[in-house]
Amino acid sequence: MDASDHEGDALTPLHPNYVKVVRLATLGWALPFVIGALVLESADTLPRGAFLAPVVLVALYLISRVPLRRYQARGYQLGGDRLRVVRGLLFRSDTVVPFGRVQHIDVQQGPLERAYGLATLVLHTAGTHNASVALPGLGHDDAVAMREEIRAHVKRETL
Amino acid sequence: MTKPVTAVSEDWRRTSPLSFVVRAITGLRNLAFPALALVFGSQGWQGGGLFVAPALLAMVGFSGLFTWIAWRHFRYRVGEHDIRIEHGLISRSARAVPYERIQDVSLEQKPVPRLFGMAEVRFETGAGGKDEVRIAYVTLAEADALRETVRARKTGEAVAAGEAAAAVEEPSRTLFAMDPRRLVTFGLFEFSLVAFAVIGGALQQFDFLLPFDIWDFEAWIELLAGPGHRLQELGPAVQAVGAVLALATLAVLGLVTGLVRTVLRDWGFRLEETPKGLRRRRGLLTRTDTVMPIHRVQALYVTTGLLRRRFGWHALWVVSLATDAKSASHVVVPFAQMSEIASVIRVAGFDLPDGITHWHRPSPRYRFDRAMLGALPLALGVVALALARPLFPAEAQAGSLLGAVAMAGIAVLVAVRERLLSRYDRHAIDVERIYVRRGWLAPRLDIASRVKLQSVEIAQGPIARRRGYATLHFGVAGGTLAIEGIPLEDARLLRDGVLHSIAGVDFSRLPG
Repeated sequence: MDASDHEGDALTPLHPNYVKVVRLATLGWALPFVIGALVLESADTLPRGAFLAPVVLVALYLISRVPLRRYQARGYQLGGDRLRVVRGLLFRSDTVVPFGRVQHIDVQQGPLERAYGLATLVLHTAGTHNASVALPGLGHDDAVAMREEIRAHVKRETL
Repeated sequence: MTKPVTAVSEDWRRTSPLSFVVRAITGLRNLAFPALALVFGSQGWQGGGLFVAPALLAMVGFSGLFTWIAWRHFRYRVGEHDIRIEHGLISRSARAVPYERIQDVSLEQKPVPRLFGMAEVRFETGAGGKDEVRIAYVTLAEADALRETVRARKTGEAVAAGEAAAAVEEPSRTLFAMDPRRLVTFGLFEFSLVAFAVIGGALQQFDFLLPFDIWDFEAWIELLAGPGHRLQELGPAVQAVGAVLALATLAVLGLVTGLVRTVLRDWGFRLEETPKGLRRRRGLLTRTDTVMPIHRVQALYVTTGLLRRRFGWHALWVVSLATDAKSASHVVVPFAQMSEIASVIRVAGFDLPDGITHWHRPSPRYRFDRAMLGALPLALGVVALALARPLFPAEAQAGSLLGAVAMAGIAVLVAVRERLLSRYDRHAIDVERIYVRRGWLAPRLDIASRVKLQSVEIAQGPIARRRGYATLHFGVAGGTLAIEGIPLEDARLLRDGVLHSIAGVDFSRLPG
């Protein structure tokens, strides 16, 4: 479960701010449900708290616990000629993209990521499966540095 | 690069003026429905006929005008490094495609353009089938010249003046061709009930044109059972004969549909090896002519069918970034014995796994879990039915018993299928290739080249993690390849081996 259970290779953890970003994103996602529960609550059809209590409990769990575990489950490993991206809580996935197969590279920043100085590095390959491999939760400067390093490996004529 | 030559002039060109005529004629087909609507709609009016003729003329006129404008504003240029296309009057779009990025060039002749000796040229770039670059329509000679030029430019060859335009017939070797007899055999295996869907759909659309209501079941029953109870009088034997006749009609119609579709699509099928790559020509009314450069082939797969496999018939598909008319891969041998397919596979630079002695199989745990996941819900259903049985009314008792037996039967089938699959599913890897064979009654064999893979992923669901197996996904340009349910250790070894092959060769230097 923890980040170092694969072949003894230590995975580089993501930026700690990633937890905050995921929490905020989950909050934005859970808020409509809480509001919906409040509305149902005000209709007084069932005993008090029958809607609100479970919804708020689930939301609290999703906001406090899950982002942390998600952060612990994620990691990457930048090798000399390949990038390995590990992710997933229930459904684990461990993807390796050789630099020689990268078609182009994106560094993306959403509004939340920008507020916390994070960025998502996206590697695009020609494959149908894993056409784009995203690595979120990197510090923006790290992401840019990684992009430059990978780009140096991608031969000029393939661009 | 060489200097521009006659075939590679820097001038903008339009498609052949005749293509305007061809487009106008094909455009008439689009007018058929509005025209019909006009004719039917005006029937109720006084003096409607006076109005219909000018309106029809105006429709044809406008259609022609727009076609002419579209033709006038479409132009293309075969340049030094790329091919450029510009079109549109109000919103103008310009596109440039570098020669190195063109995956393959295909010519298509639909029936009407074919009458005029015209063809549509398509340049596949692998950027998704919809947005491909097409030039329609040019004369066949111009189409050939275009293809030659693009091929020559792509490989960076020096094009001597006038040579490209000549479209010299190059030495080619026929790898596979289908004679009418083979085609008919193929068609018989392509049993299809699609005709019913089409007829049904058409009936639903146009039932207002029929003199009676076909959806009126009571009228039908009356017609059949009728005043003299015609059918019922005839007794069960005749009814049985009727049912058999109905089934036979269905079978014949399905066979004929399959046959017609196959003949239309694959008439004169010919696969050749040319210096440019694999060249495929086929089609009765719509002729297509596709060239697939061999170095663009990413992977191959061999498919078969439930029934045709009994007679040894298989099909060979080529996976590349380019897409075929309807599917993501090109079929290069649609219907042949394995010996014929083997020779084509060798030409494409691959091998059949004949020399492989050591096949790996999915983890037995994976098989067991899959059987359980398939059978368990059904088994639960049987138990639920058995428990609830006393609650059912007497007349439903037999039905519930039948349901329970059927569910139990399906559950056993699911489990047996998994057991059998454990014997059939397998994969192997050698220094150059990966072979994956999957399926029981209609198995499929995937052959991929190790260095041409794009990425490797080990994926595990919650059950897989607990039970120690994983699915290995490979990124293939234009296709998919996965090995399911192999032990985690095997998956890691395979990944490391494949990554070693991939990382050694850059994408731009992949071997031809």
